[in-house]
This record gives sequence, structure tokens and C-alpha cells, in this order.
Amino acid sequence: MNAEYRGIDFEDRMSTVDFRLSERAHISVDAAVCRSCTAQVCVHACPAKLFVPTSDGGILFNYEQCFECGTCYEVCDAEGAITWTYPDGGHGVVFRQG
Amino acid sequence: MSDPMFDVVVVGAGPAGSAAALTAARAGRSVALVERGPHPGSKNVYGGVVYGRVLDELVPRWWEQMPVQRWVTRRSTMVMTDRQALTVDVRAQAWGGPPYNGATALRADLDGWLADLAQEAGAVLVPSTVATGLLRAADGTVRGVRTDRPDGELSAGVVIACDGVNSFLAKEAGLFGGRTGARHTSLGVKETLALPREVIEERFALRGRDGLDMEILGCTRGIPGGGFLYTNLDSLSVGVVVGLDGLAACGVRPEELLADLKAHPSIAPLVRGAELKEYSAHLLPEGGYDTMPELAGDGILVAGDAAAMCLAAGVWLEGVNFAIGAGMYAGRAAAEALARGDTSRSGLAGYRRLLEDSFVLADHRKLRRAPGLVFSERMQQRYPALLCDLAEEFFRVDNPRPKPGLRRLLRRGAAAHGVRLHHLLSDALTAWRSFG
Ligand SMILES: Cc1cc2nc3c(=O)[nH]c(=O)nc-3n(C[C@H](O)[C@H](O)[C@H](O)COP(=O)(O)OP(=O)(O)OC[C@H]3O[C@@H](n4cnc5c(N)ncnc54)[C@H](O)[C@@H]3O)c2cc1C
Ligand code: SF4
Ligand code: SF4
Repeated sequence: MNAEYRGIDFEDRMSTVDFRLSERAHISVDAAVCRSCTAQVCVHACPAKLFVPTSDGGILFNYEQCFECGTCYEVCDAEGAITWTYPDGGHGVVFRQG
Repeated sequence: MSDPMFDVVVVGAGPAGSAAALTAARAGRSVALVERGPHPGSKNVYGGVVYGRVLDELVPRWWEQMPVQRWVTRRSTMVMTDRQALTVDVRAQAWGGPPYNGATALRADLDGWLADLAQEAGAVLVPSTVATGLLRAADGTVRGVRTDRPDGELSAGVVIACDGVNSFLAKEAGLFGGRTGARHTSLGVKETLALPREVIEERFALRGRDGLDMEILGCTRGIPGGGFLYTNLDSLSVGVVVGLDGLAACGVRPEELLADLKAHPSIAPLVRGAELKEYSAHLLPEGGYDTMPELAGDGILVAGDAAAMCLAAGVWLEGVNFAIGAGMYAGRAAAEALARGDTSRSGLAGYRRLLEDSFVLADHRKLRRAPGLVFSERMQQRYPALLCDLAEEFFRVDNPRPKPGLRRLLRRGAAAHGVRLHHLLSDALTAWRSFG
């Protein structure tokens, strides 16, 4: 496979997107539930890579560069693990092209 | 109960919402159009092609006003394996002149334009505002929405929920009934790639404002879904759409699938040297007719992606046209119900009739089996490989050995890819019933 295309660093990728940061976390994750989750599908499914596994089997989550797509909320099977809302009006992702 | 503040509150200024607000405002109704983004389009992502015929009814000579990147005069459908590709390429120069067929457009431009039309007709746009829930009368009838603004209740005669694929309002209204856990949803990831205009025109054999629309099957490592590549004026939109169940099961990151596609021998030369301008992602409802909710409740209608009116079926990836159509009929049905003074579920039933009589539900009903077929394992994994092999063998010049006949190639290919003849026949029949 061609390295030229594989080469986009994920941070560079995310830096092409505008976000209006909200003080309030619009998504929250219950670390206790995640620790007993074996699949952790959110880690690879989130297109913004916001779920990071920790060495103790838990999950670190950061809402700041969220596309507000809903993928994590749809793929997570664990009851109560994810509390999902939209950011307050006017905040969050702002696509310039779409 | 006191008089509502608005006749109609529309939630979501996507194509469905703006069309609904425009239609209701033109019918003389007071309309609020609530949008959570700072401006229409700021939260929205799609592949990039609008089929504008539906606009004939709303905006005469729309093609003179719509913010278009390119007019689609070339449509390609490609099936691929890792190292092969087979393309059906249709060129129709007539599509490049009035009344036009398809156009590429950026959502920021398109959604803004549609919302402007609604405002010109008198609708009040309320941006940067999330509708957080429904207001209801004692009998359960929907009477407006709550928002995240201080004192942010907006009461209404009719609420039209056009809040997109994650529609919390349609769910809260109970329109999805007891059906839960139905996960007929796909994730689309997209890159907008900058390339100079002349390079695009040369690479894709286009002139002036001509454009290409290309759908791709077989590029998703067997995960049900597909890909697309569309031309804008000086950028390309390249993306991959995959079913969430498949994505969850496979352990591959979405942008890796996109990188795969861009590195494919038939795509790499097309995107060579292009620079990433924006990476984006969004969900789409892919289940079609059989996964739609109830479309009307007491005091509420639902339109567009919120009602799963998106067609994601291989050669088609459409939703904006269905959203505009549904929004338009929702606006009309709401205005008629208000005029008669009956906004109950039965008073709003005209909406469904309008949809049944139009392409919105007619196409969806006709194509109800298409998502199942297109997302099947055979269609995703076996047929692309079978077709590519068939074409490769058919066009291979292998003399002095005599040329093999197509029938023999088909038999051999089917066996090699584990395709049974009766499956091929039954899928062909399903396809014929859907597409024929
Ligand atoms: C990757 C991808 C590719 C696609 N490609 C194509 C294509 O090429 N052509 C095509 O025709 N279709 C395509 N589609 C489908 C198309 O994008 C949708 O069908 C269409 O946008 C639906 O329009 P809508 O108005 O129903 O919803 P949306 O466009 O999603 O609009 C919903 C609006 O509601 C707002 N909203 C949501 N909740 C709230 C709330 N609580 N309060 C206030 N505002 C709210 C959102 O911000 C948004 O503006 C694609 C979709 C995806 C994801
Ligand atoms: S968010 Fe859901 S899928 Fe992800 S680790 Fe937690 S429980 Fe598991
Ligand atoms: S909504 Fe989408 S982008 Fe945001 S955390 Fe969930 S999966 Fe990631």
C-alpha cells in the first residue's frame, strides 16, 4: 500500500476540522462500566479516536473533538456506559465543507 | 391552553427542515426553524451529490440559483477487489444543461441556501439552539419543544421533527413504537481533498462545470457498505460508508478503510497529490422502508433522515432529495391541518398520503429489499470478485489457447467464489424486482 496516503498523522487529520469548544462535556463515559467491557468497540469505531484504552483495562474519553455523529452511542452495548447528548447550541463541531 | 407562539415549529435546518419551513411559511403560517448549529449546514456531512428534480415544485428554475459546484454529466459504478476493478461508466451530456439532473454541492452552501429561501418566505431561523425535548398537553398531544435557551420553550400547533439520523424527538414522541435495538445505521467518513481545477478536469475527462459521481462496491474489506468519489470545482469528496454492526465487529478504524480506498490501484492515480482540506464523519439510516417510524403523531410529523428516508443501496446514495420532498409534504400537510383546525394524528394523516403519491414512499417501497440485497455477504464479497474475475478472464488475450466462452467462465468463477447458481438466480430476481 502507498505510504503517501497512509502518512496522514491523525492529529493533522483532526486539525482540518473546526470546533467551538463547549465548557460542558456533552458525552460522558462511565469508567466503571468500561473496565468490565471486553469488546471496547468504541476504541476503533469512533471516527475521531476519542476513546483511549488505559493500561488498567479502563477507558479515557475526551469530548472535545467530537463529530457528534452518534457512532459510540450506537455501537456500545453496555447499559449506562455512555451518556450521549448534543453540545449546547452553537458549540461543538463546525464543518466548513460538509 | 393559551395560543401557541408559532403555527409550526420545525426542528433542524437540514434539507428536510428548510423545505418544511419554506412550504408552511408560503402557506401563510408562522414558522420557527430551530437549528443547533451556529448556521445551517455546520453540523452536516454527506457524500456530495444532490438530485435536484424535486426542487422543480419548490423553486422554479432552481438551477439558476442553487450553489452548485459541478453538474453531474458522468456517473460511474465500480466494483472492486484488492487488485481489480470493473466500472460501468455513463456519460450523458444532456445532464449538463437545463433542467439538469444531479449536481455536486457543499452542505455548508446548500443548507444555507435552502434555509435562506425559508427565511425569505417568512420563517424565523433560530440558530445555535438545541431542541431538548417535546412539550405536551395533558392528553399527550405534542404542543411544541423545549430548548437549551433560558426560557426557551417554543409552543406550536404542529412540530415537524427534521432533526436527522439520531432523531431524539421522533423517539421521544414514540413514533418508533416498541422497535428498539434495530441498528440499521451506517457510518460515513469522508475527506474533502483539494486539487486544482484544471487537474480535476484533465484527470476525470471533464470540461467547464461538468462533474463525475462515482459509487463503489467491494472497497470495505467485506464490511457491508461502499465508497464514493465525487468531483467539486477544485476539490474531490472521497468517502466510505459502512454498516455499524460490521464496523463494530471488524476492529478496523474507519479512516483506515478510507486510506485503503485511496491507495487502490484504480483510485490512487485519481487522488494523487491532493491535499486534505477537511475530514468529516456522520451517520446515515440505511434500512429503508421497513425501518421507517410512524410518520405522524398527535401534533407532530417526522421527515427526512429522522424518518429513515435515506436510500443507501449500492448504485444509489441519496437522501437530500427524499428529505426535501418529505419536508415539503410535511409543511403542506401541517398547513392544511392547521387550516382545518385538526392537528391530531388523523388530522395530519394527509402527510402520509402525499408521500405515498410521490417518489418519496413510492421509491422506498419499491426498493425495500434493496438494502438487504446490497448489504448481503454475497453482494459485498463474492459478486464483486466474481464480476472482476469474469471481466479479467473475458478480456485476457491468451492465445494460442482458444478463448473460453462466458458460460464456462461464469461456471468456473461461481465455483471459485463459492457462489451457488440458485443464489445468483434468487439475488438476480430480487434485484430485478427492486431495480427492474
Ligand atoms: C457520508 C454520507 C454520504 C451521503 N451522501 C449523499 C449524497 O451524495 N446525496 C444525497 O442526496 N444524500 C447523501 N447522504 C444522505 C443525506 O445526507 C441525508 O439523507 C440528508 O442530509 C437528510 O436530510 P435531513 O434534513 O433529514 O437531515 P440532516 O441533513 O441531518 O439535518 C438535520 C438537522 O437537524 C439539526 N438538529 C438535529 N437535532 C437537533 C436538535 N435537537 N435541535 C436543533 N437542531 C437539531 C442538525 O444540526 C441538522 O442541521 C449521505 C449521508 C452521509 C452520512
Ligand atoms: S464505552 Fe461502551 S464499548 Fe466502549 S469501553 Fe465503555 S462499555 Fe465498552
Ligand atoms: S459521537 Fe462520534 S465522534 Fe463523538 S465520541 Fe461518539 S463516535 Fe466519537
